Amino acid sequence: GPLSERPLMEVRLGELHTWISTCDFSPQGLLGAVQKAWNSYYAKYINVRRGGPAGISMLLAGYCLLSYSWNYQHFKRHRWRKYH
Amino acid sequence: MLSRLVLRAAPAALRALPPPPVAVGVLHATRQLHTTQQSLAPLPPLPEKGGEVRHGLIPEEFFQFLYPKTGVTGPYMLGTGLILYLLSKEIYVVNHETVAAACILSVIIYGIKKFGPDVAAFADKLNEEKMAKALAVKNEAIEGLQAAIEEEKKEQWRVEGRSYLFDAKRNNVAMLLEANYRERLMMVYNEVKKRLDYQVAMQTLKRQKEQDYMIQWVEKNVVQSITPQQQKESIAKCILDLKALSRSAQAA
Repeated sequence: GPLSERPLMEVRLGELHTWISTCDFSPQGLLGAVQKAWNSYYAKYINVRRGGPAGISMLLAGYCLLSYSWNYQHFKRHRWRKYH
Repeated sequence: MLSRLVLRAAPAALRALPPPPVAVGVLHATRQLHTTQQSLAPLPPLPEKGGEVRHGLIPEEFFQFLYPKTGVTGPYMLGTGLILYLLSKEIYVVNHETVAAACILSVIIYGIKKFGPDVAAFADKLNEEKMAKALAVKNEAIEGLQAAIEEEKKEQWRVEGRSYLFDAKRNNVAMLLEANYRERLMMVYNEVKKRLDYQVAMQTLKRQKEQDYMIQWVEKNVVQSITPQQQKESIAKCILDLKALSRSAQAA
């Protein structure tokens, strides 16, 4: 289909630039994109009849990674070696 | 849920073109009822299982993505390499939180492995009960409506017997009228008879009174006309007759 309506996973690497240029970066657009992403994740992993731990564990893992990256400057001070 | 709508947009787009109505008379039959593409019922059922995830963290699509180029061990090699790189360059710093995370993760994984199936079965049972209740409500509603349909059909059949009912009622009314008419006829007859009887009684009474009076008058006059002289003569005559009779009786 047309470029602007394809989801991110189906965009090839070469077309990534043009795809980003067709994105809507207004607040409503960003909110809509976040909503769509959450809804697709929710529909695929959480809103099923017999789900498992995967649905929330991926969310928690993502949260751990995010919080580690936000506090990286603090962790850098607890390094064991100075030169790597 | 929007993703499901996106998936269903393709066939629904074909339905969006309404067929042109043939004539004004059949307009209500071909008018498009739903102007949007969504229709809320019946909902598609929930998918049975979620997306495949390996080791609880990495979606299966990643492994499939790397399979053509690196085979089965590719992602694991990538993972090992990444971890070693992060550790050796100390992008991931080992501190007290690492130990805490290890303990917590081991406890969580042990809990999930041991109690997972039981909790899943319990949740499934709860879901089944909810579904069964909803289905029961729906079935009862359907049965109730069908019973109502049966009742309605019976009522329609009963309507056909209305003509008999009205005939019977008409007969009743006719009988009442007839009875009333005859009652009044009887009353008229009785009243007339009473009046005529009164007249007859009056006449007989009058005649009787006249008769009695006349008899009385005749008797009175006769008694009056018997003068004393006549009385003596009749008594003497009676005595003579009696003597003659006694003589003839004695002789016999």
